[in-house]
Amino acid sequence: MIQFLLNQEKIDLPDRPADTTVLRYLRDELQLCGTKEGCASGDCGACTVVVAEKQGQALRYRAVNSCITFIGSLQGKQLITVEHLASGNELHPVQQAMVDLHGSQCGFCTPGFVMSMFAMYKAIEQSLGSLNQAELRIKTQYHLGGNLCRCTGYRPIIDATLASVDSIAGDQFSRATQSTCHDLEFIADAVSAQNTASSMHPKNIIELNNYIRQFPEAPLVAGCTDLALEVTQKLQSIPLMIYLDQVTELLEVDESKESMTIGAGVTLEQCKTLFTEHWPQTAEIFDRFGSYQIRNQATIGGNIANASPIGDLPPLLIALGATLCLQLGDTQREITIDSFFIDYKKTALEDHEFIVSIKVPLPLPNQLLRIYKISKRVDDDISAVCMAISLTLSDTQDTGILDSKVAFGGMSAIPCRASRCESVLNHGDLTEYTIALAADAIEQDFSPISDARASSSYRTRVAKNLLKRFLLEMSDPSIATRVDS
Amino acid sequence: MEDTSRIGSALPHDSARKHVTGEATYVEDMPKLVGQRYACVGRSSIASGKIISMDLQPVLEAQGVIDVISASDIPGGIDIGPVFPGDPLLTDSLVEYVGQPIFAVLATSHERARKAVTLANIEYQLQTPVLDLQQAIDQKFFVRPPHTMQRGEADTALAKSKHRFQGKLRVGGQEHFYLEGQASTAIPEEDGCITVHTSSQNPTEAQKLVAEVLGLSMNQVKVVTRRMGGAFGGKETQGSAWSCIAAIFALRNQCAVTCRLSRQDDMVMTGKRHSFLNRYDVGCTDQGEILGIDYRLAGQCGYSPDLSDAIVDRAMFHCDNAYFIPDIRIEGLRCKTNTVSNTAFRGFGGPQGMITVEAVIDQIAYTLGKDPLEIRKRNLYNLSDRNLTPYHQEVDHYSLPRIIDQLEVDADYWNRREAVKAFNEINPVIKKGLALTPVKFGISFTVSHLNQAGALVHVYSDGSIHLNHGGTEMGQGLMVKISQIVAEEFQVSPENIIISATQTDKVPNTSPTAASSGTDINGMAALNAARKIKNRIIQFLSEKYDVPLDHVKFKNGEVFVEERSLTFAEVAHQAWMGRVSLSATGFYKTPKIHYDRETAKGRPFLYFANGAAVSEVIIDTLTGECRLSRVDILHDVGNSINPAIDIGQIEGGFIQGLGWLTCEELQWDTSGRLLTDSPATYKIPAISDTPAEFNVSLLKNAANSEPTVFRSKAVGEPPLMLAISAWCAIRDAIIAASGSKSFPILHAPATPEEVLRCIHETGMQQ
Repeated sequence: MIQFLLNQEKIDLPDRPADTTVLRYLRDELQLCGTKEGCASGDCGACTVVVAEKQGQALRYRAVNSCITFIGSLQGKQLITVEHLASGNELHPVQQAMVDLHGSQCGFCTPGFVMSMFAMYKAIEQSLGSLNQAELRIKTQYHLGGNLCRCTGYRPIIDATLASVDSIAGDQFSRATQSTCHDLEFIADAVSAQNTASSMHPKNIIELNNYIRQFPEAPLVAGCTDLALEVTQKLQSIPLMIYLDQVTELLEVDESKESMTIGAGVTLEQCKTLFTEHWPQTAEIFDRFGSYQIRNQATIGGNIANASPIGDLPPLLIALGATLCLQLGDTQREITIDSFFIDYKKTALEDHEFIVSIKVPLPLPNQLLRIYKISKRVDDDISAVCMAISLTLSDTQDTGILDSKVAFGGMSAIPCRASRCESVLNHGDLTEYTIALAADAIEQDFSPISDARASSSYRTRVAKNLLKRFLLEMSDPSIATRVDS
Repeated sequence: MEDTSRIGSALPHDSARKHVTGEATYVEDMPKLVGQRYACVGRSSIASGKIISMDLQPVLEAQGVIDVISASDIPGGIDIGPVFPGDPLLTDSLVEYVGQPIFAVLATSHERARKAVTLANIEYQLQTPVLDLQQAIDQKFFVRPPHTMQRGEADTALAKSKHRFQGKLRVGGQEHFYLEGQASTAIPEEDGCITVHTSSQNPTEAQKLVAEVLGLSMNQVKVVTRRMGGAFGGKETQGSAWSCIAAIFALRNQCAVTCRLSRQDDMVMTGKRHSFLNRYDVGCTDQGEILGIDYRLAGQCGYSPDLSDAIVDRAMFHCDNAYFIPDIRIEGLRCKTNTVSNTAFRGFGGPQGMITVEAVIDQIAYTLGKDPLEIRKRNLYNLSDRNLTPYHQEVDHYSLPRIIDQLEVDADYWNRREAVKAFNEINPVIKKGLALTPVKFGISFTVSHLNQAGALVHVYSDGSIHLNHGGTEMGQGLMVKISQIVAEEFQVSPENIIISATQTDKVPNTSPTAASSGTDINGMAALNAARKIKNRIIQFLSEKYDVPLDHVKFKNGEVFVEERSLTFAEVAHQAWMGRVSLSATGFYKTPKIHYDRETAKGRPFLYFANGAAVSEVIIDTLTGECRLSRVDILHDVGNSINPAIDIGQIEGGFIQGLGWLTCEELQWDTSGRLLTDSPATYKIPAISDTPAEFNVSLLKNAANSEPTVFRSKAVGEPPLMLAISAWCAIRDAIIAASGSKSFPILHAPATPEEVLRCIHETGMQQ
């Protein structure tokens, strides 16, 4: 049994295969066909729905792709679809703005856009402080970057979004907050709801280990943003799943003087806040990491354990010298992140071992860090090349390099360090001469593949040039190095 | 009170409210019928060869499978080629591309059908495929014979030109990526008849082909299209196969059948925009005036003709764009490759021709060291001695000189040119580029019999109006525009009019909604029908009240019989009581057009649509990344029927064109398998690709001099080509980056990789 709220209605969903997506459930079982399937791979946003969760006495609204969200993840949450936004005949402000400002043409992507706009509306409603028009436009791009429209060219959708948040008055959802929270608490208290035969929701590591022992074949799932493609694209069946999203220890964040420890189940959206507090320059990678919908689901642990050669977090974590805490049964161990990746999609994880947390050393005063992502498209694209570089200088006044970590995604079968490049840097200074040598060394470090995203030669050329960009940015901030600047 | 909610009013899309609430129904959203089943198509895994054996038993035995068909199970004709034969609905012998339909499965769910098709065991005898366009050109491997158009003596003109140069341009194709994938639902009816609901721009063709594959007559098949979730040409011919498959299963199994393509199936199995490999030989004067061009335009058609004859023709019709070329020769090749058959896509070959002459202009400007805008203006058509196109149609009512003059000022072109130069002088890594390019696009189907349309209008006795016509709604706002037209004729509010689904049993023998013609031809047909009813009412009222005919006036929701004022509802009721027919069909055929393909002479187009755009881009010379920072567009839509809808077409068309020319890149592997078969690898523009400054204006005082519906102009396709300005601006930035070492050979799409390659090959070492 999965219990959740469908808008304000409490649903007790009898057990069904864990790999049933929210999209199929809405369309096939409830005949709620406002939510559309555009790609079934989380790349177009036509299926966007909003999931609300209790956070204290408030509700946090997250847009997610229902095509790659399994029904088990709804446990204890409120699901809001496009059918629920209007209040009787009165459209929600985001809907009304889309009508008034001609934001729809064929209309197929519109429900998804409307839901993303709704999530942004709620985020702004709940945020403190006000944003100016330019900031709001950036926020619009941030929230809607995962929604594709083939008709409008987006201009009227941007205008509608800006208009909808121009003067926010409470909507029907804020008026119902108290009763929604009450209903969600009721569901959370119902013990029987915690476990279905197909989707397990352990609350802590002890329960998690019990499930792992009991259902050794069930995958551990967090955001499912990649696993779901096995179902929707490769047509595999995954009848059982163990959800990590309620395991307390995996959601904890701890900070000491020297380091920050982030639970593996922390979402990328939350990671953005954590990382940018210490490294504001990492905002650019989080802003372009998948889409808003994906960042709301995907977790730091998932991005690491997935071991994709093109995941955007591993290069950053490698450059920062992160370590991972892994657990198998009752035993924990720590390893450095660069020893975690062994081969294409192969990691140091033993069977049934899982990532508990990631420990990241905090910045040193003379540490220079940058992360660059190069892809065909700004929004929601996978890196052709992603480079993270961390240089520690002998002191802040000097260009002598004490230590370097240069990590790449997209350059080999695993996210990994450019060791020859690093060794050139480690013996040099932050000067044109050293950087040129270090860039040449990248050619020895990697022989990248050619695929649909980029050719081998482009990847190599860009990887080398990104070192030059780094040098320019560190040595002469007056020189423009970005097309967005 | 003056009612302004008709012609020229920015009414929202008629379905806007339904779009935002999720109530708008697409084929797959229709309520499921009892016993409804789902079909999926099994496709070939090789690009070229023969099927030796096919074991479909495991498919039949899979969970939930009800029926499996292959070619021999098709009751009627197998070939569904829209113009020329060559597209078997299912093949049982020759395989010509990866993804070709071989068999189809019917199952209890879409997912089960999809799983089942993977279980077939098919053995092939492999043949070497032709995958490369250059190879097809070299081997003269064509789906249709080459065709040549010429005026004057290009060779002579080239020989005597002061400046002469040659060039080659590779222009990529484009996936339609309509958000709603192809979908059809077939429902068996009495007497062996069938109804098909389909996401198709071309219900009549779906009707004809369903009838043919089932061995039925057309009157036994009814096809219904309420709306599409985008189409862009991709549902002109490419939707019919799925209607046919659903219909065959529906009649065999006497159940409702839905056949919809998963995104990957859709991307692999349906045709795309043609890629082209074009070459040119150009001669010009010291001042940059073009004297002659010899073109060879080679379109990659894929494995079958589909619409490629007309598409390559349209590329040939547009490789002059806005420029008078005194002596010109154009050879068009229809190349065959072992890939999916390429098809209509917004612009229909026009963009691939047009971009070529814009590259030529840039190369002239570069060679002579002049600003490209100066060269563009120098070569424009005029209305006197430089007004003849390569196909001998005279250019008249040509608004481009006016558009360019105004846009130059509005967009502050020359000051920004200086600002771009100044920026580039002090910035070693980041470079800016600027370009203004025009569009002249011919309006009419180049196949003349398609330039006809029908409509059906009913006025009910309560004054409400039911409107139907042959055009289909794919998001372009056709329905709201035509209801505005009918509302104008009756002088009622568009809210009085119910727009209904396009249905082949209401208006027969329709043309596809394509070639930007939707409003032009269906609007005229609807107007014709409305006028018939209106005239009958006038006749009736004149007799009833004994007043002259011209004393009956329709105005702002009322009908005046001399001083007497009646509501439209009262009039409708009286007319009904007076036994007046309040239902009429309307018809329209485009006048004046003719074209003799043998001599390549005539007037293929009723008129030209015009517009121009200024784009400013920023490129990163270290990574090839590019951003479009500002766009200014001035476009001529004649007298706009609905400016909000028209501006939507312009902006949307521009961004779609921008995708084609920048981030959208189709790639196949060496065995002919499409690599970019999902939105994870095929990137259409997303929200951050929209320029921060995007100024779009409609040309004022621009009534179409041809008697089109309310003197409007077609707007569907032309704006796509305004994006060529962005592509030219990228080259402008590359010239700045490369220190003018040589003319940059920039191909399309200008992805970051292509931009970086171009910078390097043009001479800058990074």
